[in-house]
Amino acid sequence: MAYRPAREGNLLSLYINNRAGGLIFHRDFSPNAAKLDTNEQMQLASTFSGLALIMGQLAPSRPSSGMQLLEADGFLLQSFDSPTGIKFFLTAEPDAKGLDLVLREVYTYYADYVLKNPFYEMDMPIQKGGKFCQKLDRMVAQVQDRR
Amino acid sequence: MASEAERKKVALRRLGDATFSKVDKVSAELFSLTYGAVVTQLLKDYEDVAAANVQLEKMGYNMGVRMVDELLAKASLAQCASFSETAEVVAKVGFKMFLGVNVEVAAATSSEFRLLLSENPLAEFVELPEECSKLEYSGLLCGVLRGALEMVQMRVECSLLRDTLWGDEVTEIRVLLKERLVEEFVDDDE
Repeated sequence: MAYRPAREGNLLSLYINNRAGGLIFHRDFSPNAAKLDTNEQMQLASTFSGLALIMGQLAPSRPSSGMQLLEADGFLLQSFDSPTGIKFFLTAEPDAKGLDLVLREVYTYYADYVLKNPFYEMDMPIQKGGKFCQKLDRMVAQVQDRR
Repeated sequence: MASEAERKKVALRRLGDATFSKVDKVSAELFSLTYGAVVTQLLKDYEDVAAANVQLEKMGYNMGVRMVDELLAKASLAQCASFSETAEVVAKVGFKMFLGVNVEVAAATSSEFRLLLSENPLAEFVELPEECSKLEYSGLLCGVLRGALEMVQMRVECSLLRDTLWGDEVTEIRVLLKERLVEEFVDDDE
């Protein structure tokens, strides 16, 4: 609802991990996204969950939310954890803005279009091409448009 | 101190109203008639009030574990510092957002609180027949609370203490905190 679109820099990929750190959803938004096969995506996503947990433990003052933003010269990674333990993370080109708000919006879609589907089983992979996916694609198209 | 707590309550009530205005609504009549159909069907299928009570609570639990994410996604909340703050969020934001009613918190401590519902959309048109006098008609709400709080790392027990359908003045739900579940990083190496 209230997300501000990323002004510059394309969104690249979205990952969603379940409470156990397993990948339940992945989507690329740009031809510039890292070219990974499904196995690599799953491996990297769960490694990231573990890494973020370790980072939370390294924090000098606990409790810490762990890693939220990682900046590299080639890309950005923004991460958002729901209080229920679902991890949403997004990669984008380095000058992308408002990624945290995009992730909040994705969380709303998750609550509306994934969890309210009575046939969706919690912590299982989210169906590609379902309502969630359509909403997501529409939102991302808007964000990329206003670049 | 008291005024600080009051301020927080007012802020939460406002947040509850704002969130309620954001979400889609459904006719209260359709809602309570649908729920009534579910409850009576359960009674027919299980032929036992106690068994129906158990099923209602279970159904609520399955709803609660999903509903909590909608609350967290749509109402921008800060993390609760105490269990009594959790109580206020449940009452002022949760109940307002999903049922459109104002709920009061009573007897909140660090391990227990009670919710007082003076109106209950689930039971709008209901009168319990004699053979169902032990039916926890709104037991679904207990399950919802248990499921929702479990997803945010609180294991609770909920029970329906009073119900307007039993002739009480208000419907009262007691929530008891049993345990805070902590997520620990376990290095299990595969």
